[in-house]
Order: sequence, then structure tokens, then C-alpha cells
Amino acid sequence: MSLLFDEYGLPFIVVRDQEQKQRLKGVDAVKSHILAARNVANILKSSLGPKGLDKIMVNSDGEVTVTNDGATILKMMDVRHQVAKLLVELSQSQDDEVGDGTTSVVVLAGALLEQAEALLDKGIHPVRIADGFSMAAEICCRHLETISDEVEVSSERKTALVEVAMTALGSKIVSRCHRQIATIAVDAVLAGIKMADLERKDVDFELIKVEGKVGGKMEETTLVKGVVVDKGFSHPQMSKELKNAKIAILTCPFEPPKPKTKNTLSIKSVEDYEKLHNYERKTFEDMIGHVKKSGANIVCCQWGFDDEANHMLLQSSLHAIRWVGGSEMELVAIASGGRIVPRFEELTREKLGSAGIIREIQFGTTKDSMIFIESCANSRAVTIFVRGGNKMIVEEGKRSIHDALCVTRNLVKDNRIVYGGGSAEISCAIKINAEADKIATLEQYAIRVFGDALESVPIALSENSGFPAITTLANVKTLQISTNNPHLGIDCLKRGTYDMKEQRVIETLIGKQQQIMLATQVVKMILKIDDVIANEI
Amino acid sequence: MVSLNPVRVLKHEAEEEKAEIARLSSFVGAIAIGDLVKSTLGPKGMDKILVSSGRNAGQVEVTNDGATILKAVGVDNPAAKILVDMSKVQDDEVGDGTTSVTVLASELLKEAERLIDQKIHPQTIIAGWRKAVDVARKALRDTSLDHSDNNEKFREDLMNIARTTLSSKILSQHKEHFAKLAVDAVVRLKGSGDLQAIQLIKKSGGTLEESFLDEGFLLDKKPGVHQPKRVENAKILIANTPMDTDKIKVFGSHIKVDSMAKIAELEAAEKEKMKDKVNKILKHNANVFINRQLIYNYPEQLFADAGVMAIEHADFDGIERLALVTGGEIVSTFDNPDLVRLGKCDLIEQVMIGEDILLRFSGVPLGEACTVVIRGATQQIVDEADRSLHDALCVLAATVKETRIVYGGGCSETLMAVAVSKAAANTPGKEAVAMEAFARALLQLPTIIGDNAGYDSAQLISELKAAHYSGNVTAGLNMEAGEVGDMKALGITESFVVKRQVLLSAAEAAEMILRVDNIIKAAPRRRVEDRGHC
Repeated sequence: MSLLFDEYGLPFIVVRDQEQKQRLKGVDAVKSHILAARNVANILKSSLGPKGLDKIMVNSDGEVTVTNDGATILKMMDVRHQVAKLLVELSQSQDDEVGDGTTSVVVLAGALLEQAEALLDKGIHPVRIADGFSMAAEICCRHLETISDEVEVSSERKTALVEVAMTALGSKIVSRCHRQIATIAVDAVLAGIKMADLERKDVDFELIKVEGKVGGKMEETTLVKGVVVDKGFSHPQMSKELKNAKIAILTCPFEPPKPKTKNTLSIKSVEDYEKLHNYERKTFEDMIGHVKKSGANIVCCQWGFDDEANHMLLQSSLHAIRWVGGSEMELVAIASGGRIVPRFEELTREKLGSAGIIREIQFGTTKDSMIFIESCANSRAVTIFVRGGNKMIVEEGKRSIHDALCVTRNLVKDNRIVYGGGSAEISCAIKINAEADKIATLEQYAIRVFGDALESVPIALSENSGFPAITTLANVKTLQISTNNPHLGIDCLKRGTYDMKEQRVIETLIGKQQQIMLATQVVKMILKIDDVIANEI
Repeated sequence: MVSLNPVRVLKHEAEEEKAEIARLSSFVGAIAIGDLVKSTLGPKGMDKILVSSGRNAGQVEVTNDGATILKAVGVDNPAAKILVDMSKVQDDEVGDGTTSVTVLASELLKEAERLIDQKIHPQTIIAGWRKAVDVARKALRDTSLDHSDNNEKFREDLMNIARTTLSSKILSQHKEHFAKLAVDAVVRLKGSGDLQAIQLIKKSGGTLEESFLDEGFLLDKKPGVHQPKRVENAKILIANTPMDTDKIKVFGSHIKVDSMAKIAELEAAEKEKMKDKVNKILKHNANVFINRQLIYNYPEQLFADAGVMAIEHADFDGIERLALVTGGEIVSTFDNPDLVRLGKCDLIEQVMIGEDILLRFSGVPLGEACTVVIRGATQQIVDEADRSLHDALCVLAATVKETRIVYGGGCSETLMAVAVSKAAANTPGKEAVAMEAFARALLQLPTIIGDNAGYDSAQLISELKAAHYSGNVTAGLNMEAGEVGDMKALGITESFVVKRQVLLSAAEAAEMILRVDNIIKAAPRRRVEDRGHC
């Protein structure tokens, strides 16, 4: 296919090892890409909306994950195709940027490509299609702003926040305790921003930790105002509860000194031997002495303890937690307002953290225990503690809560909302169809089909809910035009009204805009590829 | 045209199962798991032999415990894995009901399969199930009884629960005996529910009947040579410290000498140091020294000279339990004898059990702990007895914490099923169908119990249902006589927590599997040739 000849008629090689490579060119390349992208989008389509279904993902070691989250599905899919990989990235970046809507963004991209294929058959150049799409996306974003509503967001008025979190959670398995978990997510975010900070309008997700433990039931999921550490006290005889804790946060081990430089310490005589022995004992005593002097009553250490040190801690009635992970150390430090201290000598009273109560709680019939550090000096650090009947539910619960946290944060950042249930997409589609006719150039076609592509989201929603998809969409669309009400969407839960404003199905404006922009960008990128040289696998 | 060629999105060997096929595969997997353990349910359920492979190939285990069976079978089906995990969690959380939870989940899925064939959307089924779970839970809670304020009655409840739990196990022949053992052990805990304080020692030989509860504490260890074998008014120092050579732990130190004489000196110094340590230990005025780590001959001899009983190598659990029982603390440094709390007990002596000699600590101050010695003809019997007793202890401990009880023998399942079908009759919409299916799945549990015993279950269940509809809410299956009987009179009770957990976990897992419409498998990791030892 790509064999060339020079002026003497001799073949010369452009691509090495041609027979081992696969090459696709021109429209064929674009079409094959579109096919692949649609394949991926079709996999995700059925998990859209409150009636969407889940997927089981089995990884290469045979471990099972059950999820409804688009980004997770794609991340765990063993994708080989290059364009499919682009879509995986797309949903990943939506996850990083907004945290929610990872499924819809891929479905939208798939629909756009599907429409583009028809235009390619008409003979329109891919780049012109791409240009038309970006114009349409612009129009969309502007239109979304006009139909958006502002809601009041503050710690007293959190209904809107809870509603937006509920919309995000609607399609997940946690929807059984819908409102409870949505409220937990909102409270966690609100705890993250203190009232004074509401001006800055950002939440540090570092401060919100989501911990899970299998067992119990989903209703037992709680918000812990503090930090949860998946460890037990180092000595079994330390009491299980400590009030008014002063925490020393150490990153140095309670062990005999280990100089980092390589040394050979030679014992030549009995005196040396005894000196060293005494020195060793003294180090332990010094360590405990430093901790005691600073006034701490609990030690939170990143490293292990020597048996002797452990006992000495118990004897001097100090509590201790060992092998605390690095990120947990930081959280404990932030929550308790303490400083992380790298050396015993530098431990002073000012560097201690404080917490109202520290408890060790045991679970079930095994010896599992966790430490809850609560009523801390700095109440911004919170932990959401997820329970569930099996490992997969707890994991999926954690992912869902992450989504809910993200949308809540977005609403705090920007308090504009649009309505869900496909209503925003339908309204945009109507707007775009009207605008398309005003454009004189070839891009008009691309813009028009962009509107059709947008409708794929409400179509998928109603398909998943078991409605006659096209009829329902047509109904809602005509209703939107005749009543001039952009809040009409698909009534997935059969509550008896199309009005999403009444159903309180709301989404954030940023999330929606981001979805459309990201999907358009990827589609543009795919359309512009016209040659693929790949190694045959 | 090239673009008409099939486009492969996934890697080679990666698989995707869609819609109907995915659903079929998860139903088949889940139902197979349910059928696997189904026959062990109930007092007339049968046991399974598990033969292990791999490292200890050929080792045989005989068990009736759902979680143990499921842990041992390697499953590949994703839905089956979910059920296995769920039964494991049930085991960790409440300790019993591991079979029931698996069977209920798989029966729910069996019903769901039928509904899906009727073209009912999975989400509709789930909506119905959620309503059904709420109704069932409420019904269960409303009929639960609480006798915690009446000590005598509560003990009777505990006995009944222990009997009910044990009746489906190998111990059913001796359930009276073991129920008493288990209840005594748990009651001694005085509500703390800390099962660690109950030690189970397995000794094969003898008969199950010979198992007994020892009020003191038994340690499967021997004192050193020439040391007292019997200590009265023992003061026990429990330690975790090296008693071999007291190494210097400062990193990088090593001994470098230039003459033989110096080695001898160092050796003497080392010995001296050990002697110091022993002296320090002796200063605590204890007459029994128990260490978690090894004790070398030299210190052992020193202890013998001082007339102290020294026990080496008591494992960590033993040490912790001993500390708990005798009230001593686990010591690693010996510089402050005044601060150390010593453990106490009235008498330490050697006892013979079978042909083994154990140490018995009797008259311990904290009467909470105790030891149950399990005897039995073969290792398998002893192991299974251990598991059964563990189940019973877990259930009892859970009941002590949450004192409500419900009636067993299929009574509470029928009760929930009746409540759910009544609620279904009042529910408009397709969810009602799902709720009825839920009720049917619940009724499957007593049906299977009846089937396993070889009774005419269809007849029995219809009688049972009729009894419940006519308001007789304590009716259940009397498995001895094969008829419907009054569970209250028969004293067949179960723990409310276990039943509730079974209901919720099973519904959660079934819902999770039902929600799936697509199974995507990654390419299996390539096995790399083993490069010999590692």
C-alpha cells in the first residue's frame, strides 16, 4: 500500500518492516475511529441515569469491581484501540476536573462522532465538521448560562447542595439511603470550608477522607468529625479511650539509633560493650523523657516501636499508635493543629496537637479495630466512614461519595445550576437548531447535527427507563418549545411531571459546560486524524 | 472497505459479556453457589468434605459452616465472588448465618431471573425489593422479644439460641452439653462480649462428651527443668523480652577483638549482663515468669536456682489473654519494679488432658476468662466442633450486646414473607410483583430446611403459611417431628442481629448483582515462569 518507487523504478522503503505494520489512511481511518469510539460509548450508555445499570469489571488478577461510574469502568477496561484510549482519557479528565458526569461525556462524544460519520458520507471535510462542532459548543455554553438559575448556598441553606448531591447519587447503588448519604457529603464539604472561607469558595479535598470498612449496613455510614486511622493502639493494655488528648506527631522511630551514614562501630573491649549497652538504654529513656516533658499523652508515630520502648510508653501512661501512613499523619496533624516533628529533641509543647477524644473501636468478631480521633482543634478535617455488606459495595460507596463531594464543591464554587433529566440538553438542541440556520457557510450542517447529538443523552435516559425513547423525547421537545420552559426533561422515575425544577433534579452549570467542551475537543481531535501507523499485534 | 472490518477495542483475551449473556452468567454463578451450600442448611443438613490442594494437598476438612465451605472453593465467576465475599463478611461480623445469607441471596436472584424473563426492568425489581426489605425489617423488629431485664429468662434465651445454632452442626448430639458450655463462657464475660477472653483448646482423643469448660486458664506449655511444677499464690510477671542473648540493637555495631582472652572476657560480660537482667526480673518478687520469646538455658537455670517457674515461648495471643486474665501487664523493661503490675492467681499446676500436660491457672482474679477444652475422636471432628462452638459463641456475644431475639425454625422467615406479601397486595404498580418474589424467596429458606430433612415441604410450608395468616406468629417447623409447631413452646430462638444482618446483606448483594448488565474482563495476567527459589 505504501510502496514507493524512485526514478529508476526501484522500490524504496518509507516505513520499516511494512508487513508488520497496520496502516489506515484518509476517510477510512476516521471511519474506523468513529466505529471504535461508538463501541465504547455504547458500553457506557446503559449506565446513564437513575435507572441505569452497573457493570462488573474483572481485572487481570480476577478481582471483581462493581461500578456505575463511567471513569472507573473505562479505567478498568483493558483497552487496546488507540481511539478508545483517547475516550478513556476524556472521561478521566472529566473526573479530575468536575468529578461527575463521566458517563455522559463519553456518550456525548460517541453521539457526536456518529453524526459526523453521516456528514463525512456527504463529502464534507472532517476539519469543517470539527470547526462547526466547536462553534456549536460555544453557542451551547452561552445558552446554558442563560437558562441557568442561581441558588443560594450557605451552611444554613443547604437544600440546593443536598439536591445536587442527590442527583449525582441517583444512579448509584447507594441510592437506597439517598438523602442520608447526600447530606453526609454536603456536611463534609461544608465542614471543609469554614464560614469565613466561603469567600474563597474552594474546598481542600485533602481534608476530606473517605474510609470504608466492610460489615454492618449501608445506613450506618457516618460522618466523623475528625480522623479515622485504620490501626490499633500499639500495646494491648492501653485503655481504649483517651479524653483531652495532646498528640505528639512523630516521624522518628522508637528504636535504637540507626545512623544513615555507613559506619562500623567496633566493640573492642568489655568497657566498650557496656558503654554501648548503657547508651542504648539511655536513648530509650531520653526518647520517652522528651515526649513526657512536652506534656503529650498520646504518641502518633509513622514508624514501628521496639518492644522495650513500647512497654516504657505504657509504663509512663502514654498512649501510642504506630505505623501510621504518611497521608494519615498529615491529616492527624491538620486536624489536631499539631506539627509533624522529625526528632525527639524538637518536641515542644507548642508543637502538640489536641483532640477532645480518641477511641479505639472494635468491629465484628475478628480483632479488627480502628482509631477515631474526634472533636479536634481544627474541625475542618472530616472523615466519611462507609459501611456495607460486602467489599464491592463499600468500594462503590466510596466512589459514589467522591462524586457527590465533587458536585457539591462545584456548586459551592459557582452557585449556578441547570436542570437535569436531559432538560438542559434538549433546550440546547432547540437553541442550536435555531441558530444553525443563521450561519451561511458549510459549518451549518455540522452545527445542526450537533443538536441531534445532544439529544442522545435524553434518548439514552428514557431508553434506560424503559420508555419509548423517540416519542418521549418528541413530546418533551414540543412541550419545551410551546411552553417556552427550558426545565422540562425526561421523567425517569415516573413522578408524573416533566418539570425538573419541580422534581428538584439539578446539576451544576460548570459540570455541564465542561462536559460539552471536553467532548467537543476530543471529537475534534479524532476527526483530524487521517493516518494511523500501528504495529500489528 | 477497511472501515467495515471489525474493530477490536479491547485487548486480546479481554472479554466482554453483554446484557442477557452477562445477566445469565451472573445468575448462573450466584445460583450455583447457593445450590452448593443449600444442602447444609437446617438441623438435618448434610456436611461437606473439603480436600485442599496446593501446599497441603490431600488435607481433609469436614464442615457444615457456609463461610468455611465458600472460602475453600475457588470461584471464577464474578457474581459468585460477590456472594462468597458477602458470606465472609457475615462470618466476620456476626459469626453465624453464613449459609442462610448465601442461600437467601441466590434464591432472590432465582426469583429475579424469572421476573426478567417477564420483561420487568431490573431497577423496578430493585425498587420493589427495597420496599420489601423495609417491610420485612419492620416485621422482624416488631416481633422481636427482649428479656434483658429478667436474668433468668435471658439465660434461658441464650441457652435456646445456643441450642438452635448448634443443632445444625456436628455437635447436635451433644447440644445440651455444648450449649451450656457456650452460655457459661459468654455469661462469664459479663457483657463485655470480648471473645478473646475465651480460649478454645483442641485436643484430639476422647469423645465430644468429654469436652469441658475450665474456670481458670489453660496454657499449653511446660515449665523449665528443675523449676517448681506447682505454685500457690502465684505472682506472675508477664513479659515480652528477649532472653537469649541480649543483643545490642544499635545499628552497625559489631565485635572486633584481637585475642582469645578478650573473647572470653566479652563472653563473661554477656553472661553477667544476662544475670543482671535475671536479677532485675527477680526483684519484681514474682514467682512465675512467662515470656513470649525464647528463654535460653542459662537464664532458665538461673530462674530454677531462684525457685521461679519460667515459661518460654508463650505465643502472642496467649500472652495477651494471660494479661487479661490475671490482671498483669506485659512488661519489656525491668528497671522500675514498683510500677509494674503483676498478675495474680491462686494456684498454678500441671494437669493431664488426654496424654498432654497443660498448665492450669486457677483462681484468677478477673473471673471473665475461661477455657473450653474440646475433645473428639479425630482431628476433623475436633476442628469442626471448634468452628461450631465459635459460631455459637459469636452469636451469643452478639445477643448479649443486642438482647433482642426472634423465633427460629423458619418462623421469622415466614413472618417476614407474610408481611411482605400483605404489603405487596396494597402496592399498586409493578413493584408489587417484585415484592411477591421477595416473599417467595424468603419462604424458600424453610422449604429448603424441610427438604433437607426429607419432609413433604410443600405441605409443611403451606400449613406454616396458613398458621401465620391466621395470626399464629410463633408457628415454625418442628424438625424433630416433621410438623408445624409452636416455636415458643419448643424454645427455638435465634438472635435478632443475625437475622437482620442476613436479610440486609443478602438483599444488598442480590441487588448489586441484579444491577449489572455488562461484565468486562481484563486479559488475565501472564504467568511468568518461576525462577526457582526467591
